[in-house]
This record gives sequence, structure tokens and C-alpha cells, in this order.
Amino acid sequence: MTAMTKIDDRFDVRSWLREALFPHFLCPGCGHGIALRALVWAFHDAGIARDRLAIVSGIGCSGRIGAYIDTNTFHVTHGRPLAYATGLKLARPDLEVVVITGDGDCLAIGGNHLIHACRRNIDLTCVMLNNEIYGMTGGQVSPTTAEDRWTTTTPAGNIEPAFDACRLAEAAGAGLVGREMTLHLPALRDLLVEGLMHPGFSFIEVISDCTEIYGRKNDLGLPAEMMLCQTGSLRPDVYTSTVDQPFRPNRLRTGVLARSDRPGYLARISRVSDR
Amino acid sequence: MNAISAEGELRILQGNQACALGAVAAGCRFYAGYPITPSSEIAEQMARELPKVGGVFIQMEDEIASMGAVLGASMGGVKAMTATSGPGFSLKQENLGYAALAEVPCVVANVMRGGPSTGMPTRPSQGDVMQARWGTHGDHPIVVVAPASVTEVYFETVRAFNLAERLRVPVVVVFDEVIGHLLETVRLPAPGTLELVDRPWAEGSPANFRPYAETPDLVPPMARPGDGYRAHTTGLTHADTGFPTQDPAVVERMLQRLLGKLDHHRALIERAEQVATDDAEILVVAYGITARAARRAVALARARGVKAGLFRPITLWPFPETAFRAAAAHASGLLVAEMNAGQLVLEIERLVGGAKPVSRLGRIDGEPIVPAQLLAMIERMASGGETAAAGRQA
Repeated sequence: MTAMTKIDDRFDVRSWLREALFPHFLCPGCGHGIALRALVWAFHDAGIARDRLAIVSGIGCSGRIGAYIDTNTFHVTHGRPLAYATGLKLARPDLEVVVITGDGDCLAIGGNHLIHACRRNIDLTCVMLNNEIYGMTGGQVSPTTAEDRWTTTTPAGNIEPAFDACRLAEAAGAGLVGREMTLHLPALRDLLVEGLMHPGFSFIEVISDCTEIYGRKNDLGLPAEMMLCQTGSLRPDVYTSTVDQPFRPNRLRTGVLARSDRPGYLARISRVSDR
Repeated sequence: MNAISAEGELRILQGNQACALGAVAAGCRFYAGYPITPSSEIAEQMARELPKVGGVFIQMEDEIASMGAVLGASMGGVKAMTATSGPGFSLKQENLGYAALAEVPCVVANVMRGGPSTGMPTRPSQGDVMQARWGTHGDHPIVVVAPASVTEVYFETVRAFNLAERLRVPVVVVFDEVIGHLLETVRLPAPGTLELVDRPWAEGSPANFRPYAETPDLVPPMARPGDGYRAHTTGLTHADTGFPTQDPAVVERMLQRLLGKLDHHRALIERAEQVATDDAEILVVAYGITARAARRAVALARARGVKAGLFRPITLWPFPETAFRAAAAHASGLLVAEMNAGQLVLEIERLVGGAKPVSRLGRIDGEPIVPAQLLAMIERMASGGETAAAGRQA
């Protein structure tokens, strides 16, 4: 634990959840539950009043976790949560609007909305849970599936390269871009708080793990092993000494990866009515 | 040339402009759109008008995003619309289904152009009237209105918002490219004279609030985010709690209420105009610009001693059945005229049930139906020379 990962004892996760809906639908070992906890923890730490919070989520495993949060929740169509959230935020700038999406929802069917939300720098926080797979539909290849992986639609191994969603978001103009993994819960919480506090568009990629539909089929081990494997891929600077792996500069980085002070959409839209 | 009188401003407007001005007058404060011929003037007008009244205009990255943003704004509690045409209307369909199931009020104007596919972007058509009713998947409620003049575009757009809000349904305003680009004089209503309707809002304690409770009028009050209800909205089939369910009994009851909503409010929704139908032997059924040619043809036929009449549905869906049955009571034959290969005629045939011959005049060459075509057909029918089968031309 570093100094920035102090734990607030007053945070009561259960007070943020719709407990009547439990047990949740997630598979054993799925990282999305950790992401859910990190999210509500971040809402708490960012001081967001839950009546002023709105969560817009898409379709897939990621899209279903919004319903567990006791706030204004909108579970919309596949790939379109950023479009709905854009309308909601422009109509109701008083609301804190957070999008929960997945790698398929955000980068495949919804990819167009992502790049334009970044370009507009619309005042939303977009949390993309990346588990490298279409889990809810049974394990089909996604835009972030690593090359050579077995999925139900790549029975001979994936021949497509994966998106680096953070580089995409940064290039398209997102105000804040960051990446963290579910293994590092306090660090993930802190990154989410940074995203929530940033005016303009924040894009947070959360590396989650799908052990049941994806990891199991690719010999990535039990949930803890799969997380460590991800950690080796994501934090070589921290973990190379312990996992005996050489530093690879092309490996994905974590933390805040890009930040700009470019004005958000709401700051610019006020100029329209002044003209 | 603007003149102000006690009755309101007199303006020369294009149908597309009238649609935008009607929307703003109805309280629309959010518009998301994407450029497409022949509806782009609606977006352009909204981009000018909305900032003046504290509203927001945004041009989205595509047609799907426009529909999504409209629903997001509406779920935030703001009256919202988009406009499109042909290919764009196809792209709106999935999110129109979301609006129908989640009961999110919204208005979509579809300025019909020649299809299918890219078709004829600058040519009129009435080829989307079945898509407007059945475009999205699954059984769903939707209201479709079809104005026939620039003035009517204005007032039907206002009514579309009122219906969308009152019933929590998507409402589609369809008009053809001719109406969209036609310039006519419109007497705008005097400020403050329009009757405007807001959706039923949830009131009272958030404890035990059920977002889809079955109310006597079948329209549940809507929770406004920020008011403390913290409701869940989903495109999954849901219980009255708003949360997903697949319990057969609960699903059946919820969907029956959803579909029954429009039946329950038929009197509010249905609207039709009748011209000389009291003693009509030949009843012409037409809507939009085609109805204007039909009105002329009926007058010409009457001048020649043929008892013709016109039934003009202004609400296309749900179809104004009761008024139609009354109008058709004395007719010996019906003639359905529309700029497509035969769409609304199917509904007329269903209502007539084979009791009378139903002829059809279609046109799919990108030109509007003209009075002379209709008059010739009416005269042939009156002389007994026209049968249902012979009337099938397109």
C-alpha cells in the first residue's frame, strides 16, 4: 500500500448497492465485481451524492453491473451508452453522468461513439471494463482479445491485433485517459476518482478477467493466477523482479496516461447561446 | 414578411421549418440529428432556434447516436426530438424499440424519400408508412401521424409531443419530401395559446416507488433523475419495479399493458379528416400530399356527378378505425392512393374484410400522384369498369 491508497473506514459498500438484487449474476472469479466495488468506493471518495449520479450502461456483462448500484441507472442498447449519456448530460448538466461499458460495447459496436465523445471532450466519465471477450454471448472474439487466443469464433486462434483503447482515446482527444486492473483495488479506486473529478471526457480502462468463458479456454489459470498474469503484462516495471520476466516497453501501462486542460463540451456550449 | 395579429404571427414557411418551429413551441428543448436529405432543414432550423430558448442542439456522429442522445435527454426529463429520412429512419429503429419498451417519450420526424436503400434522396415517397409502424423488432406501441400541409406539420408536431408525453410512447411524424420542402403561409398560434402536455411525473415518497406500476390510464408516472427515486430503466423486459424479469405471468401482464396503452387512449390519438363522405359511393383514402390531389379529384368528380368522398387519416397508426368505418358505410367501392407499391391499402383491406372492392393507385417513380390520375380512376370505378384487381398498378 502506498500513501495514496488510504482506506476510508466510513465507506460502507452495502449502502451503495441494491441488495435486493443479490446474489449477482457474475461468474465466480469474474473481475467485474471488483470493478463494481471500486466504482462505488470512488463515488463515495469523490463525494458524489447518489441522487445526483446517473449511470448509463450498455449491453454485455459490463452493462449489467450498473443495476446493482443504488442510484439513477439506465441500461440502454448495445454500443450506445455514450450516445444516451451525451443526451442526458446535455439535458441535465447538474447530473454526474458515468458510463459503464465493455470492450465489445465500447470499441466494436460503439466505437464510433467513443471517438466522438473523446473528440467533443463531453463531460462524462467512461469506464470500460476490458475482459478481452464477449462473455455474455458465450466467448466470442472481441477487439481487445490478444492475438492467437482461442475463442468460440476464432477456433484456430485470433488472427486480429487488439486495440489499445487508451491510445485510441488519447489520440481522439479525451481529456483524461487512464488504465488500471482489478487486482489493484485501491489504485483503481483512486484512478476512478481522478476520472470523476476531471472536467471534460475521462476514459478509464479497467482490465478485468473473464476466467470462466475466456481464461479457462486459454489455460490462463485460476482467477488469482489470471490476474497475476495480467499484472505481468501490465506492470512490468513493478513485477518484473517477482515474475522473472524481462521488461517489455510495448506492454500496456497503467495509471493516468494522458491529461489535458482542453475545455470540456459544456464549457464551450455556453458560448453558443451567447452569440 | 412577418405580420403580428391577435391570432399570431403570419409566416411563409417550408414544411421542414414548420416542423422545427412546432417542436420548439411544443416545448422541445433538445435536438440531436445527423444530416440527411430531404430533412436537413429541420436540424438547421433547430440549430438556430434552440439556443434562443435555452435548449441544446447537437449534431451527432451518426443516426443511431442521434436517436440515443434524444432518449438520453428525454430520460433526463427534457422534451426531445430528432428528424431523419429513409436510410436514417432504418438506423433509428432499434432505439425506437427501446423508447417503446422503456416508455421514453420522444418525437421522430421522417421526411419520406424514394427507397429502398439510398433510393432517390430528393424525390418524394410514402414508402415508410409500414416501417414507421413495424420498423423495430417485437410487438410494440408506436404512434404515427401524417400531416398534409405546412400548417398541419406545425400543429401535428405539437400534437406529437403532447401524445409522446401524455402516453410515454415514441411518436413518428411522417411527411413526404413535397410537404417537407413546400412553402406555404402559416398562421402561427398566438403566444401562450397552445395546449401543451407534460408527461406524468412521479410524485410522493420514493420509498416503494414502482416505476412501471399499473395505473388506471395504463401510463405510469416517470421518475425524474435527481428527484430521489433512483429508478432503474432498461431495455430488458422488466417488472413494475423496473428490474428485469422473465417470469411469464409478470411479462405477459407488463406487455399487455404496454400494448393496451394505445387502445385505451384511441380517442386522444386518432384523428382523420373527411370530405363529402356522408353520401360517398366512391371513397378515396389518401394521406399526406396525395390527399391534396385526392381532394381536388373528389371535387372534380362531384362536378361531373360522381358521388366521391375523401377519407384522410391524419393519424396513421393506430389507424382511425371507427371514423373510417363510418365514412365507408355507404361506399360501393374504395380507392386507396399512396406513393408506394401498396402499404396502407393492406390495413384498409383488413378493415373492409372483403365486403367491398378495394382498388389501389400507387406511384413509385419519384413523382407525386396528380388529380387527373385519381379522377380517371374514380370515373372508371363509378362506371363499374374498375375492379380491385384491375386497379393494382404501381
